[in-house]
Amino acid sequence: MDNGLPRLILAAILAAALLALPALVEAAGRGYWTGIATHVLIFALAAGSLNLILGFGGMVSFGHAAFLGTGAYVVGILSHHASMGIPIATWPFAIAGTESALIAWPLAMLAAGALAFVIGLISLRTGGLYFIMITLAFAQMVYFFFVSLEPYGGDDGLSMWSRSRLPGLDLGSDTQFYYVVLALVALAYFLKSRVIHSRFGVVLRGSRDNDRRMRAIGHPTRRYRLAAFTLAGAVAGLAGALIANQTEFVSPAFLHWTRSGEMLVMVILGGIGTVLGPALGATAFLLLEEVFSGWTEHWMIVLGPLLLAVVLFAKRGLWGLVSRPGEVPRD
Amino acid sequence: MLLILEQTLNGLQLGVMLFLMAAGLTLICGIMSFINLAHGSLYMVGAYVAATVAQATGSFLLGVCAALPAAGLVAMALEWSALGRLYDRDHLDQVLATFGLILFFNELVKIVWGAQPIFLDTPAWLSGSVEIVPGVPYSTYRLAIIVVGLAVALGLYLLIARTRVGMLIRAGASNRRMVSALGVDIKRLYTLIFGLGAMLAALAGVMAGPIYAVQVGMGENILILAFVVIVVGGIGSVRGALVAALLVGLVDTLGRAFLPTLLQLAFDPATANGVGASLASMTIYIFMAAILAWRPQGLFPAHG
Repeated sequence: MDNGLPRLILAAILAAALLALPALVEAAGRGYWTGIATHVLIFALAAGSLNLILGFGGMVSFGHAAFLGTGAYVVGILSHHASMGIPIATWPFAIAGTESALIAWPLAMLAAGALAFVIGLISLRTGGLYFIMITLAFAQMVYFFFVSLEPYGGDDGLSMWSRSRLPGLDLGSDTQFYYVVLALVALAYFLKSRVIHSRFGVVLRGSRDNDRRMRAIGHPTRRYRLAAFTLAGAVAGLAGALIANQTEFVSPAFLHWTRSGEMLVMVILGGIGTVLGPALGATAFLLLEEVFSGWTEHWMIVLGPLLLAVVLFAKRGLWGLVSRPGEVPRD
Repeated sequence: MLLILEQTLNGLQLGVMLFLMAAGLTLICGIMSFINLAHGSLYMVGAYVAATVAQATGSFLLGVCAALPAAGLVAMALEWSALGRLYDRDHLDQVLATFGLILFFNELVKIVWGAQPIFLDTPAWLSGSVEIVPGVPYSTYRLAIIVVGLAVALGLYLLIARTRVGMLIRAGASNRRMVSALGVDIKRLYTLIFGLGAMLAALAGVMAGPIYAVQVGMGENILILAFVVIVVGGIGSVRGALVAALLVGLVDTLGRAFLPTLLQLAFDPATANGVGASLASMTIYIFMAAILAWRPQGLFPAHG
């Protein structure tokens, strides 16, 4: 890191901009941009979690939406029970619903993480093409599970009465919600960069580059991969919990396989295997969507060929354009 | 008992359609090591072209005759211009590029044909039903699908096992570098396989038209099922694809038809229906997980 100082300055500018954003857009009379920024941040979190396994673990998971959706549904279902006053279960224990973020959000992470653990346990037995398709198939399975979950709205989804509650804060306020999301995303990105540079991260990257050699020198790499997969699932679950809170609505659309594809696109667009790339990718993707869908409802006709062009010609993503050659760990 | 027979036939019908999709997909995955998400788009293109031609001319067969070459040409053009450059790339790049193509095709179809589903009528000469055993009428059209599908499977077997092209395909599946080192124009072979796979997908799309609606995104659900099929069957193995397709078709159809009833033996009807419906939509994925836990490379691994 020879360019430590400019980097620090850049980071400070970015942090200041993110902190001042709600006030700035309010002053510009475009308060709804706070909501868009929150949406971008949440997807930066989701794409960042995908990047942990995709970019640093070399696992092409095509089913990340399953974890996002599971997290969202945990929050939605708990809130549904709390607002209706119906306990979730009466036997063997009475379990009531809750709207408390302190309970619901960790539970969302736990549920998504547990799901990721089970899916990872089976999927990581395979690799390459098989892994891609199996994660996709499992995500479809979870998707159809929620589609046929009639008590919670099935295909139509489930509306929430209000956002989760945090003591001392009003998450119903878009600005306060933005800051909570910003804090969580910043924490997650900080922890992610710590994890990547820890011993765990080194083994993970080693296994991406040459799994056989890592195993030969005595690292049980499959366990590391499974741990990373589970961690990524849990963080995606948190992103799902936040999405459910922002839209106050959960539906199987969160789990649709095109969601998984979009998250892959965000990671690649931003720069695979870089810490901040996915955030950049999520921003670019969602802003492109915002701008193009304002022009034409057929904006996908632009996005499709654009993706093809990025794959064919700009392999290192947006981060590759702004960083110097050699800084991207892949290729 | 009669219901079981009828549902088994329905399962076979789904199975042969899945086979038509999976055969091309497994060849492309196995030989070029290319993961083609846009295969479902070719299925959709086939159905749309057939529906349009059939509406204009009033002839279902003309629709079929137009759809197959159309899808084949689209696929070969794609392969020649863009996708062919991605064979040596990461699977991730391939996923992304073909994902982009899906978005493109879906939107293109929406612009050309509109977002509303269009209809492809069952041809009059296949619209009745036949009695397969006395007292059990079964749709002639679905029966025809099974016959056509099995005939294509046989044709494909002959093509791959008995012809020179088939020999090259088999050789390419086991060691493509060696094949090209022996002086075979491997690029032309790839383009050919791509076109062949697309025509099979389009055939499946056309035949699906009268049963399911012809609509935007119709190819995606069957694409994912076809992935399950080739993973279960073993990537690159056409024989595996056939066995797995029929298994998946049967498991899915029979699961949907009988799981709720079976569960009623253990639960009250409301719970049984709810749980049964959830479980039924998940059966094939559970089936796939079980197969893979047992044999991670699928039932018939093509590469030893």
